[in-house]
Amino acid sequence: MRLPKFEYFEPKTLEAALSLLTEKGSDACVLAGGTDVLVKMRNGRLNPKAVIGLQGIEGLNNINFDPSKGLSIGSMARISDVVSHPDVLRRYPALSHAAGVMANDQVRNMGTIAGNLCNAAPSAENAPPLMAMGAHVTIVGPTGARHIPLDQFFRGPGLTKIEASEIMTSIFVPLPAPRSGASYKRISARCGVDIAAVCVGAMVACTEEVCSEVRIVLGAVAPVPMRASKAEGIIQGQKLTRDLVEKAAAQAAEESKPISDVRATADYRKKMVEVLTFRALEQAYERAMKL
Amino acid sequence: MKHHINFKVNGDEYSLAIDPWRTLNEVLREDLNLTGTKLGCGTGDCGACTVMVDDKTVSSCLTLAVSVDGKSVTTVEGLAPSGEELHPIQEAFIKTGAIQCGFCTAGMEMSALHLLNRNQSPTEMEIRSSLSGNLCRCTGYNQIVEAISIAAETMKGTEPKKEER
Repeated sequence: MRLPKFEYFEPKTLEAALSLLTEKGSDACVLAGGTDVLVKMRNGRLNPKAVIGLQGIEGLNNINFDPSKGLSIGSMARISDVVSHPDVLRRYPALSHAAGVMANDQVRNMGTIAGNLCNAAPSAENAPPLMAMGAHVTIVGPTGARHIPLDQFFRGPGLTKIEASEIMTSIFVPLPAPRSGASYKRISARCGVDIAAVCVGAMVACTEEVCSEVRIVLGAVAPVPMRASKAEGIIQGQKLTRDLVEKAAAQAAEESKPISDVRATADYRKKMVEVLTFRALEQAYERAMKL
Repeated sequence: MKHHINFKVNGDEYSLAIDPWRTLNEVLREDLNLTGTKLGCGTGDCGACTVMVDDKTVSSCLTLAVSVDGKSVTTVEGLAPSGEELHPIQEAFIKTGAIQCGFCTAGMEMSALHLLNRNQSPTEMEIRSSLSGNLCRCTGYNQIVEAISIAAETMKGTEPKKEER
């Protein structure tokens, strides 16, 4: 099946892209890697009159690591470039892992992390680790830029806080705190390519023997990637023991709100939230102790 | 409005005026008559349409032709430019019986090239993982994996050709 007809624009600057977007209004669609947008257009779920490709905008594909601040991922950086970036591999292994197990080589070579977030699938693989690490996104519109913490970005399946006149320009991940670690765990019917049936991101920061900060983020078990805040509360400020991590994992399962669909039943998903939360916390803690 | 694009396919320069909604897959097959690249699912799941843009594999069914302006595309036809002498990957596919119906073959071979350009001595796991975006419904994959490990041996020490990078 062919794509529906549309006008195509490839602006050279962000300003030009923004004014095009304002001019074309709701008939326009922004194109990054195309691996979600073109599929939606092919099956009739999206029918824009104008497509605005962002690949001509210089600098939007940059990946920068500043040892005093953190990691900035431009919205046109391809997933495969993020996965193999030396600073991402060294300092953000949970992100490198999550981005590296999603989809397949071809999709990772085309797609972007920003596109994965903007598409806002409940199962978006990069959302749990990025939320766990306290990422925020930068969105630019006609009136300027705004920064939104990723855990406030999603509104529902396919829905985000981004307005029709705005473009996501980058994702910022703060520098990992000393003695902190993050982890990402997923499960799907097949090992690769398949969309995650359940995925969990976790971050643990320790001072002395106590867990000073913890984030547990569940994917594919609610309309949006969700913080398991009651589970976090069990661990926060406590000394991490196996017993406590088990309790937190059970609590995470308790507060998840999965549905049954083609990939898994709600019951199975709840069980897997518990298993994966335990494993993610365990690995995050191990990594924290190594740093 | 048609867009004017200039791009290279298998080392040859092309200059075309195309409609923006046409995919790279359509332009390769219909305008350039390079029908070695197949169209399977059209949604980036099966890998039959895999080609290289610059030095990376992409699904040509999800790539707008307008977006490859100024870029260099390699298709399965570029593996054996003379049409006579086959690429070591192709030789190995024939040798191991990695081809049955042949529909996935072009995509498989492009993914194999992508892997072997980056990793001269892949493990079986690395080969299998590199094929995770390519479906084959005939072979059960074992012959394909074997072919790529044979091709890796053959290609060791040979310089990758420029246009294949």
